[in-house]
Amino acid sequence: MLACTAPVIRPRTLRDALQARADRPDATVLAGGTDVMVYMEAGVLQPSAVIDLWGCHGLRGIEARGNELRIGATTTHSDLARDPRVPAVLRESALTVGAVQIQNRGTVGGNICNSSPAGDTLPVWLALDADFQLSSVRGTRRVAAADYWRGYKQTALATDELLTAIYLPEVEGEAHFRKVGTRMAQAISKVIFCGRRSHGVARLAFGAVGPVPLRVRAAEDALVAGAPVSEVVRLVREGIVPIDDVRSTRDYRARVSGNVVGRWLG
Amino acid sequence: MTRFRCNGMDVQTGAAPMSRLLDVLREDLRYTGPKEGCGEGECGACTVRIDGEPVMSCLVPVCQVEGAEVQTVEGLAQPVVHAVQSAFLQHGAAQCGICTPGFLMAAAALLDENPHPTREEARVALAGNLCRCTGYQKIVDAVVRAIAKEA
Ligand SMILES: Cc1cc2nc3c(=O)[nH]c(=O)nc-3n(C[C@H](O)[C@H](O)[C@H](O)COP(=O)(O)OP(=O)(O)OC[C@H]3O[C@@H](n4cnc5c(N)ncnc54)[C@H](O)[C@@H]3O)c2cc1C
Ligand code: FES
Ligand code: FES
Repeated sequence: MLACTAPVIRPRTLRDALQARADRPDATVLAGGTDVMVYMEAGVLQPSAVIDLWGCHGLRGIEARGNELRIGATTTHSDLARDPRVPAVLRESALTVGAVQIQNRGTVGGNICNSSPAGDTLPVWLALDADFQLSSVRGTRRVAAADYWRGYKQTALATDELLTAIYLPEVEGEAHFRKVGTRMAQAISKVIFCGRRSHGVARLAFGAVGPVPLRVRAAEDALVAGAPVSEVVRLVREGIVPIDDVRSTRDYRARVSGNVVGRWLG
Repeated sequence: MTRFRCNGMDVQTGAAPMSRLLDVLREDLRYTGPKEGCGEGECGACTVRIDGEPVMSCLVPVCQVEGAEVQTVEGLAQPVVHAVQSAFLQHGAAQCGICTPGFLMAAAALLDENPHPTREEARVALAGNLCRCTGYQKIVDAVVRAIAKEA
């Protein structure tokens, strides 16, 4: 690695963090570092400055607020997996993010903001109707997970904003999470699926099958309307936009995505 | 200047804040127990504990351990050799030894939380650590039997 001599700003409060972000739009935001440090080591990222959120108060932790669960952006995957208030599918997905050493450091905000289409928690936020809280010195807004990822590594986050929290509404129904990869620990996913269904509601969300994590709405509508499983599976295979890459082919991903849904519903 | 505790001692480093904890431990503080295998979080040879939790020290910028308690394998043997270290010796769980400090730190963290893990629990806790020599069986043997079960 090239020696990195970039100045590091370590805000203690959210206010200071947002001010730093406004003052230094060029700075790299750092949370657990499990993506950032890899990019630096590989030489693809050479920060001019760093804003480190790790020690920032009020960003880490899980708390119930009204009918919602508020998950701070620097909450780690280990924190998530340990908390019984967190929906089971989300805890399961957190336990598939690398190995224990990665889960102890990697944060939910980092997984969301890194925006790899293969981020394991991303389809789960979609299936659970999560809202992302984006904050800047200009104010705070909420963006639905379904509106957050715009294109490959393009998101709704503005250059002066930080992701500060995720809000999970209380949702009903039966949910299911499945990661398909070469092995459980450390493997980058080939297909990630999170589904949820209850009376009148269906969510079928996928990761690693296109440039962004996505819901297949046509298949969701068919499921709500009571279409046969084979029809839902067909619509899933049609609705995803998978990619060919070193880990897998387009056909394989379409087939597996359908199978995962078929097995869950069947 | 970053100040923290390492193996029970107060230490400080003037290394750049984004320096890898691994490099500060090995080069500034001369704790050469943590090894560099891959430098990208995949092999676990650099595993140390920060406030008790096992982490990859190649992925932690040193500024983030300000005020924290870091433990390397050198600290695991204080004041006496840890049960899991004896178990590794007894079960022949080390060959070339490059991976061993990382395995020991991950295993010690597991055993603090769960003194009598099943083989499956041990495998999950050690999934971030790679070994090219042993084939893992003896490592898992050592970890599940490190702490004697009460009769
Ligand atoms: C060995 C290894 C295995 C891995 N395995 C998996 C896996 O199986 N599944 C998986 O999904 N991921 C995996 N990852 C990737 C990584 O661990 C996760 O994406 C993790 O959640 C990143 O979180 P972090 O806090 O470490 O992010 P960082 O590296 O600190 O940041 C990641 C990105 O998000 C930005 N960012 C972080 N927080 C915020 C915020 N609050 N507001 C705005 N921007 C922010 C940063 O600027 C950066 O661009 C793996 C990584 C390694 C090294
Ligand atoms: S050197 Fe850190 S995980 Fe391989
Ligand atoms: S003993 Fe040689 S790599 Fe594990």
